[in-house]
Amino acid sequence: MSLAAEVTTRRGDFELDVTLEVPAGSVVSLLGPNGAGKSTLLGVLAGLLQPDAALITMDGEVMVDTATGTYVAARHRRVGLVVQDYLLFPHLTALENAAFGLRSRGVPRRAARSVAATWLDRLGVGEVAVRRPRELSGGQAQRVALARALAVEPSLLLLDEPLAALDVGTRPAVRADLRRHLAEYEGCAVVVTHDPLEALVLGDRLVVLEQGRIVQEGTPDQVTRHPTTDYVARLVGLNLLRGTAEGRVVSMGPETVVTLAHDAAGPVHVAFSPAAVTLSPHRPEGSARNAWAGTVADLERHGDLVRVTVEGPVPVLADVTPLAVADLDLAPGVTVWASVKATEITVYPA
Amino acid sequence: MTRRSAESRVPAIFVVPAGLGLAILLLPLAGLVARAPWTRLGEILASDGVLTALRLSLVTASVATVICLVCGIPLAWILARSRFRGRSLLRGLVTVPLVLPPVIGGIALLVAFGRGGIVGQWLETATGTTLPFTTAAVVLAQTFVAMPFLVIAVEGALRGSDRRYEDVAATLGASSWTIFRRVTLPAVAPGVLAGAVLCWARALGEFGATITFAGSFPGVTRTLPIEAYTAIGAGDAETAIVLSLVMITVAVAVLAALRDRWVVRG
Repeated sequence: MSLAAEVTTRRGDFELDVTLEVPAGSVVSLLGPNGAGKSTLLGVLAGLLQPDAALITMDGEVMVDTATGTYVAARHRRVGLVVQDYLLFPHLTALENAAFGLRSRGVPRRAARSVAATWLDRLGVGEVAVRRPRELSGGQAQRVALARALAVEPSLLLLDEPLAALDVGTRPAVRADLRRHLAEYEGCAVVVTHDPLEALVLGDRLVVLEQGRIVQEGTPDQVTRHPTTDYVARLVGLNLLRGTAEGRVVSMGPETVVTLAHDAAGPVHVAFSPAAVTLSPHRPEGSARNAWAGTVADLERHGDLVRVTVEGPVPVLADVTPLAVADLDLAPGVTVWASVKATEITVYPA
Repeated sequence: MTRRSAESRVPAIFVVPAGLGLAILLLPLAGLVARAPWTRLGEILASDGVLTALRLSLVTASVATVICLVCGIPLAWILARSRFRGRSLLRGLVTVPLVLPPVIGGIALLVAFGRGGIVGQWLETATGTTLPFTTAAVVLAQTFVAMPFLVIAVEGALRGSDRRYEDVAATLGASSWTIFRRVTLPAVAPGVLAGAVLCWARALGEFGATITFAGSFPGVTRTLPIEAYTAIGAGDAETAIVLSLVMITVAVAVLAALRDRWVVRG
């Protein structure tokens, strides 16, 4: 079971233009900021939004082909959809919700309920079968919604921010559970999220969508190690700079260079962790260090450390200890030198 | 604590007109209650003419409400959900009976469905029957004036319902009829119920269109309001007052039901 989609569609000023492949049995995390077009893409895949131009195939079967005028309606697509607020039918019990798809496909009531009960059990919510949605906790509702989608054995499972409505306390457990169910699921799945951790935990592949375009895709490892846009770099907590490399030097503008530990050539991305950045009141000694002057713009608690935003010709994030903040007397407006060892820098082609 | 500020103090000039308005609204009702023949209430209510009119009114208003539900819900769905040219014009036309004087409605019905009318002529040739001055005419007149109440209530409920539930149902394989029956209708049920109650109350109180189109034949077309009108015309004030009290009780009951169950909560 696999999905291949080429979709172009306009909604007012916004244009979505993506090509997405989801191999059989894999889970793609679709990551992007609000308004990137993630939910629009999901709507097109589900058959709820009609795209201007698209070729969508599932298991080699054409679902949408605007060139030939083929359009398979949502109800015939074998797609399961779970959305942020779950949208469980409020007048039906958890069991009736889970049985809804089978009942709609003509399965007799008794048989449909028996299959639905099995799914509720499998997802660990068998004991709330007789409750109505308003009597369920967020985590339970999410599992019932998943059971409802899986009960019809869809070829493609679409999850739109499946954990966003949960409170912080229950999210990790539900996330771990969801990951297990996705691993057991044989069809392919697309998870839309704006939470990088969720994207990394749930997806085999990461697809980053910004302003209607795919800006980066790859395994979670590839994407987090080598971000290519500021959005991804910020999400994974890396400093990302761009420049042109020649030998061990990357120039990023007039008189702004980064020194590398090894040779590189052509347009490159330069990435380093905020933890690798040292702040000092004066220009640090030692020629192997990269050092840039800048102004402190913001200080923010970040775990046990303080994340300092330094603005200047080379904008950087630096993680320093609270002690260092006190020693250096850091406050917005203070001038500091940020330095990074060449060995701490990752460089890869842009 | 009571709010006391300059803005909430009643301007002195309001007292007289407000009191007058209240008097105009309430004095007639108070008069009915004061003049009601309380001792002969049971006797009058149990009289043949009143019982027949009451039974006819309950049956015709209920049948009219069912017709309004069967035709009005699909009409409301089309107005709320489908997109076509002239939709707002259609919505306007549907609400015309609300502002039309009922007598004019009766005349219009007579012209359309009466002998020699556009539909009436055809009906007579096809089936050999005519509508005017039959119980069916009463139901038709009530349906005509009451349907807009239902359509407006249901259309409003449909517009306010979250269509994403229907999207989810579609991905689960439900046909548009299944979606309507199992998802949309339960979601708008309070609106449908409120609309049906208003619709029934309006049908029960229908007078002008009914007397014009169906006349006043005891047991056939003489509904409660027409019976009351006939009674007062014949000088039988006691019967007219008792019938009025019955209608007022129904009206108050409908208001109370809508207020407690649907209007406030919805």
